[in-house]
Amino acid sequence: MPRKRIDTEPDAHGHFGPYGGMFVPETLMAPLQDLEREFRAARRDPSFRRDVEYYLREYVGRPTPLYFAERMTRELGGPRIYLKREDLCHTGAHKINNCIGQCLLARRMGKKRVIAETGAGQHGVATATCAALFGMQCVVYMGKVDMERQALNVFRMRSLGAEVVPVTAGQQTLKEAISEAMRDWVTNVRTTHYVLGTAYGAHPYPVMVRTFQSVIGREARRQILKQEGRLPSALVACVGGGSNAIGLFYPFLQDRGVEMIGVEAGGLGIRSGKHAARFADGRVGVLQGTRTWVLQDSEGQIRLTHSVSAGLDYAAVGPEHALLRDLKRADYSHVTDREAVDAFYTLARWEGILGALESVHAVAWLMKNARRWGKKDLILVNLSGRGDKDVQQVSAWSAKHGGPKA
Amino acid sequence: MKTRIDQCLERLRKTRRKAFIAYITAGDPGMAETVDSVVQLAGAGADIVELGVPFSDPLADGRVNQDAATRALAAGATWGRLLKCIEQIRRKSPIPLILYSYLNPLISRGFEKTARQATAAGADGFLIVDLPAEEMEPYSRILGRVGLNNICLVTPTSPSARIRKIAGLASGFVYCVSREGVTGMQKQLASSALGLIRRTRRWTRLPIALGFGISTPEQARAAAREADVVVVGSAIVNRFAAAPKTAAGRKAAAQWTARLVRAVKEV
Repeated sequence: MPRKRIDTEPDAHGHFGPYGGMFVPETLMAPLQDLEREFRAARRDPSFRRDVEYYLREYVGRPTPLYFAERMTRELGGPRIYLKREDLCHTGAHKINNCIGQCLLARRMGKKRVIAETGAGQHGVATATCAALFGMQCVVYMGKVDMERQALNVFRMRSLGAEVVPVTAGQQTLKEAISEAMRDWVTNVRTTHYVLGTAYGAHPYPVMVRTFQSVIGREARRQILKQEGRLPSALVACVGGGSNAIGLFYPFLQDRGVEMIGVEAGGLGIRSGKHAARFADGRVGVLQGTRTWVLQDSEGQIRLTHSVSAGLDYAAVGPEHALLRDLKRADYSHVTDREAVDAFYTLARWEGILGALESVHAVAWLMKNARRWGKKDLILVNLSGRGDKDVQQVSAWSAKHGGPKA
Repeated sequence: MKTRIDQCLERLRKTRRKAFIAYITAGDPGMAETVDSVVQLAGAGADIVELGVPFSDPLADGRVNQDAATRALAAGATWGRLLKCIEQIRRKSPIPLILYSYLNPLISRGFEKTARQATAAGADGFLIVDLPAEEMEPYSRILGRVGLNNICLVTPTSPSARIRKIAGLASGFVYCVSREGVTGMQKQLASSALGLIRRTRRWTRLPIALGFGISTPEQARAAAREADVVVVGSAIVNRFAAAPKTAAGRKAAAQWTARLVRAVKEV
């Protein structure tokens, strides 16, 4: 009997099963519905699709390679490991795939101002880049703590002509930056498009970001079939909000033999309470527009999070991941700061690649778990970004905590 | 079953008088002070008090109310303490109370249980700022069952079809947000506000409130000419925050609020 299709398409109001939805102030409801209508129309419009493809090819540099990590494969002594090299995208991470799509959509809607939140700074840089490319005004909200730990990216955004606004509320990281961007959007919604950077937030953002990021999985699937003639045994990707992971996973959803593993930030370990492993230690709640797994206390207040990687340091996870986990179509695990930093150095020394601190969470998980598979298995890891932005952070971490040094 | 809010607004409507709602954040600077502040505001002529339930991530609020929520949480505000605060207010005053909240703190221990506890303590309605009409149904049904008003927002970006739908789900009154933006003060009452009130009247016989950005007697008077109810938040929160944390300080802040009440009552 043929197995039922895995269906994660959201309903008209953006519900992924019991997750997702639109939990925003009334001011944003009509604009979100307009955005959804425009997004659906654009998706069907060949000229829009042509524009997206053109900029992804000529400007972003797609397709990115699917690289056989020969030495990592040999050293780990298990499956054949492939790296999807999103770190080679223009601006250094997968984030720009989504920004090209959303900025072209903003242009189509006649919006001349774009705003964004950013954690690690990669999404901010990608938005600032696309705003420059399409001649739009750009404001990026960034937690003050993140501005300090990602100073290089702040300089990049400002060089690109964007205004970077420090957010000093609360924990001063990604979560507060999102709230501040939403406040801007509520205030300027008629002139402004909010380029949300991950597969999170109110409908249609999770499905829209997934659509623009699915180019990762479409390419990877084609490439692995061409290079190996068969599908991989597993896909591994880090999960903050979850855009690089859903972009890789989505085109493989119906390939039942392909396991999917999302890796969250384990920080200092789950028992320390200092982490961002929502599936390990959270429960279902509503935060910043959507219903999903959220790190929260018994009062429903959002908990402080911790990760060495700013891009994974967030209290909630994209709603489609919550559904994929319920459906047992994807598994979610976590690695610690130390394991991630170790993987940063190991990847550099084995393959000559400095991976982003976010992406090396996926590499670290594979290093720990490679022996689950045999030598004939193929494992595909999403190397979602490059680590140049992280060198100071890693160097400071090593000085403080010991371990390998540059 | 009529709530204190329904009764209060009916009474005022019969005498053709306008209502004044004062907003403060519960637990800022502490729950004991909140009890006294509410009593003082009732004494200053406020018809209804809206109590903000502190939340860690108040994305619909401007800086004044964000900071008040942060102070309240740092001072140990919890749902249990808020219930005790409401019970204590009830021993001293029959003033109708609305809880303004984000959804997450209300669903954390189960929405129905939370709503029942609020009713038992003496609250009269919920205003859930990040719960739009599309998601509202299960919650509005529970609110109706436990006898709480469901205060809903309409905004200048809401098209007529949405206003109609929202008005159908609302009870107590319909709350018009004067402009696009978060809570907070502004120099002038947005012109979009008056049009919104007129558009909303087409779809409901419920009283209509206007809020967001009203901070002076002039603005309050202008709002009261069109709306049945005027809501002032951040300006009052600011006054209480700047006043000494004593009974006399709270009395002074309430007396300042009385100027706004008078402006509304003169209309």
